[in-house]
Amino acid sequence: MKFGKSSGKIVTQASQSFSFTRRAMVLGGIQGGIGLLLAGRMAWISVAENEKYQLMSESNRVNLTLVPPRRGWIVDRNGRPLANNRTDFRVDIIPDRLRDKDATVAALANILSIAPDEVERIHEDLEKAAGFQPVEVAADLDYEQYAAVSVRLPDLPGVAPAQGFSRHYPGGATVGHLIGYVGTASAKDYEARKDPLLITPGFKLGKDGLERTFDLQLTGKPGAKRVEVTARGKVVRELTTRPDTPGNTIRMTIDAGLQEYAGRRLGTQSGSVVVIDCHSGDLLAMASMPSYDPNSFSDGISHAEWDMLSQDDHIPLRNKTLKGLYPPGSTVKPMAALSFLEAGLGPEETVNCSGAIRVGNALFHCWSRRGHGAVNMHRGIAQSCDIYFYVMAQRMGMQVIADMARRLGMGQKFPLPYPSQSYGTVPDPAWKLKKYKQDWQIYDTVNATIGQGYMLINPTQLAVMASRLASGKELMPQLLFQKDRAPPRSMGVSQAHLDIIHNAMSAVVNGGGTGGAARLPVPDVLMAGKTGTAQVRRITMAERAGGVRGNASLPFKLRDHALFQGFAPFDNPRYAIGTILEHGGHVSRVQDAPMISADVMSYLFDPAKATERLEKYEKEWGGPPAERAIAQMAEYRRVKGLQPVPGSAAPAEGANAANAAADADDQPPTTTNAAHDGEVPE
Amino acid sequence: MSSLIPAPIASLPWRLLILLSCIATFGTVVLYSAAGGSFTPWAINQAARFCIFLAMALGISRLPVSLFAKIALPGYAAILGALVLVELIGGVAGGSQRWINLGFMQLQPSEFMKPMIVLAVSQFYAQLPVGELRRWGAIWPALVLIGLPAGLVLIQPDLGTSIMIVAGGVTAMFLAGLPLRLFVGSGLAVAAAIPIAFSFLHDYQQKRVLIFLDPESDPLGAGYHISQSKIAIGSGGIFGKGFLNGTQSHLDYLPEGHTDFVFATMAEEWGLMGGMALILSFAMLFRWGIRVALRTTDKFSRLVAAGLTTTIFFYVAINMLMVMGLAPVVGIPLPFMSYGGSSMLTVMLCIGIILAIDRGQKSPGSWT
Repeated sequence: MKFGKSSGKIVTQASQSFSFTRRAMVLGGIQGGIGLLLAGRMAWISVAENEKYQLMSESNRVNLTLVPPRRGWIVDRNGRPLANNRTDFRVDIIPDRLRDKDATVAALANILSIAPDEVERIHEDLEKAAGFQPVEVAADLDYEQYAAVSVRLPDLPGVAPAQGFSRHYPGGATVGHLIGYVGTASAKDYEARKDPLLITPGFKLGKDGLERTFDLQLTGKPGAKRVEVTARGKVVRELTTRPDTPGNTIRMTIDAGLQEYAGRRLGTQSGSVVVIDCHSGDLLAMASMPSYDPNSFSDGISHAEWDMLSQDDHIPLRNKTLKGLYPPGSTVKPMAALSFLEAGLGPEETVNCSGAIRVGNALFHCWSRRGHGAVNMHRGIAQSCDIYFYVMAQRMGMQVIADMARRLGMGQKFPLPYPSQSYGTVPDPAWKLKKYKQDWQIYDTVNATIGQGYMLINPTQLAVMASRLASGKELMPQLLFQKDRAPPRSMGVSQAHLDIIHNAMSAVVNGGGTGGAARLPVPDVLMAGKTGTAQVRRITMAERAGGVRGNASLPFKLRDHALFQGFAPFDNPRYAIGTILEHGGHVSRVQDAPMISADVMSYLFDPAKATERLEKYEKEWGGPPAERAIAQMAEYRRVKGLQPVPGSAAPAEGANAANAAADADDQPPTTTNAAHDGEVPE
Repeated sequence: MSSLIPAPIASLPWRLLILLSCIATFGTVVLYSAAGGSFTPWAINQAARFCIFLAMALGISRLPVSLFAKIALPGYAAILGALVLVELIGGVAGGSQRWINLGFMQLQPSEFMKPMIVLAVSQFYAQLPVGELRRWGAIWPALVLIGLPAGLVLIQPDLGTSIMIVAGGVTAMFLAGLPLRLFVGSGLAVAAAIPIAFSFLHDYQQKRVLIFLDPESDPLGAGYHISQSKIAIGSGGIFGKGFLNGTQSHLDYLPEGHTDFVFATMAEEWGLMGGMALILSFAMLFRWGIRVALRTTDKFSRLVAAGLTTTIFFYVAINMLMVMGLAPVVGIPLPFMSYGGSSMLTVMLCIGIILAIDRGQKSPGSWT
């Protein structure tokens, strides 16, 4: 059978031989062609694309490890560190490389003697970690512990001991809310920024406060270690190391010493103190106590510690200086008086105070049941006579008061580097109509003029009000230090009117007024100020008839807030202060707003004496805040039936004793009081 | 011929021996580097094997060509039987198996099928009367001869060897003088069938093909071998990174750097220059083989010489196309360079037979 339509061509031996030669040549040609193709291909890869492949080969070979940059310092106005870095030894776990999670954690807990609830925290962090993200086991270790882990590394895959820097806050809890704290990046942070630095062991970013606001400036440029690695990730040798560039230093207007003093001086109270420079508006101190210790927060906080902080009725987790809102009480009276003067009221016009007046069909009482008799503006402020302000406010109208309140900073949000502020309320008829769809009533005016009702203020605003009253200038609170700042503008208030207010406020403290406890224990310097009490409960007619209950007998949450605003020296104002004690209740003279303010203010004139006094107090309160926090923690653990932290004795009684003393003792120790009074020049 | 040198030594094919020794020495040097600068475990073995197999090839070259013609078909049948046996043992062992354990060595019959298919097909056409060449009867026996072992090897599965068996057999058919339009026609048919076949593939199979076409799209998965091989060759540049300085091979990024991807190991350290020298050396080897075929007048000898040369060529071409990313990864070693005994044995068998043909054609009187 033939295939194809062969044209009868006869295949002979000769023609087959010829065909073979031809085809062998073709075959050789094809081979040569493929040879050329291969040569061309190789030349293309190794010459034309050489650069690309060289790069790929290098990126195979070289592994870049980031060295976390040292975080920039945060310093006070004089260059003293509020937050700096400390070399430390640390142990992390890289979850991806763990083989036996429970055994590894147990072994580490044994070597480093980690407390059980810390172990719990580590397990929890390991659950949450996204695999690649390092989980801190322990930081701030000494060299022996570090070495103990290091020698056991072959048996502990996934454990990474490291030498690095940790954030340190010399002020401890007293700067907690001011500075914030740092922590390891969460999975969410990493998703948002995709920066490999975030998952580098030992890297911390700002989690709260200034640390968070200025995170990018404080974070420097990471260093890098280039190492040669095999395909399986084994390090062959180190190639080069580029050092890190530390972050920028940020200089604050804060006075570190004053800040720490203010925080400590708040003692066992739940409160805040804000101090402002009357020339520039610089914030010198913003203390909110009690607070968390940012040092322990930055290391990763234990479960029990967090529970304790979040359950505490003194609210240590809230920055009260900006986010605590309180009725300002009588501290608004100088402001109200100034608004009357500016609206044309004569300072000598008198009102007769008989202890109560009827407004509409309700009876409004003065704090003094007996009444003050004939009261002019000076006495009205000095004695804090409510009736004077009830009468005058009705005459002048709410709008004048509200306008002045706003000019003095109430209800104002300041450009401060914090994510949120609570800026309170200055009520007026338009506000009430908008908010409650109700018309303004005369008793609203009466309430507002003594800082009750709808009116709310935060401690920073209270200090700003004091500074503006003192200087007559539109001071804006500042936290970032700036050398050449434009001088503040005048508020446009008559100096004569300010002098009247200043004199009255001085009389509050130095002239037998309600704020005698705020007399400065510093010779030749007089403080002017105004006290305030803000009720948090309604006093019924029945209770008033039977005698108003004393604050000491009330549960903490029902006690009055205690406030003080002031400035010194009264005749040439330099510093202004605002102090608010949450549920302070005026139960202890030493731990009340006026005396706290006086001591804090005195630190600016005589730090040594002020510190001496404070140390005496602290002995009665159970030590400085850090010591009390440890005691409180131990007590908390005891109550909750938790294991005590190894190595720390449990002097739980200290804290209790301090609280008990504060509860029961209305009178301050006479010795302190005497010293106080003695130093005040008459 | 100089009388100083004894005739048996002078008659040795010195030029070829020097060429082969150069390639093998280069291969040994590359294996020395691939082991991180050590003769063990590869370089020393490879050098010893080369010497033994070269002596074997020279021994084979002394055999008469008629012997090869005589054993072509029985030998083919024996190896085919061994392939079936492997398939049965593999089935019993419950996995794919390519070798028979003889106790002292492991025999891989498919390796011997590569030269044997050329011998068998050549013998078939040498015996075929010239006039029959354009008949159907000249085609189907050859197709059966090729199809049986190719099919058996394919189900092992060993795609690379299967392709080489088909290629060797078809080359012999082409050289035998079958009508050209058969090859052109089948070639076009296969080309036309590829897109249709592709559309019948499963998604994951299509993905594999696409990864071959663009290995960077899956650098850690199926494309890893080709990607790393191209990185090794490309990063070598013109002069290479220098002896013992290859990072791709020494840091284990290049898989199979001493076997199938030995060319990439070489190219990383010796660069384009090393690659060109190697390609040129192989070209000289093939030129020699083709010229032996052209010189020879005997039909069987001609077909065998050209066919075996092409078999070695397929090793080299498929391997190099693979390491340069022009062909999928099929697992064909590079002769004299890749570490391994089987492939060197096969190639040396081929060279020994071609040498025998060369000798036979030179000795007058033995051909009519």
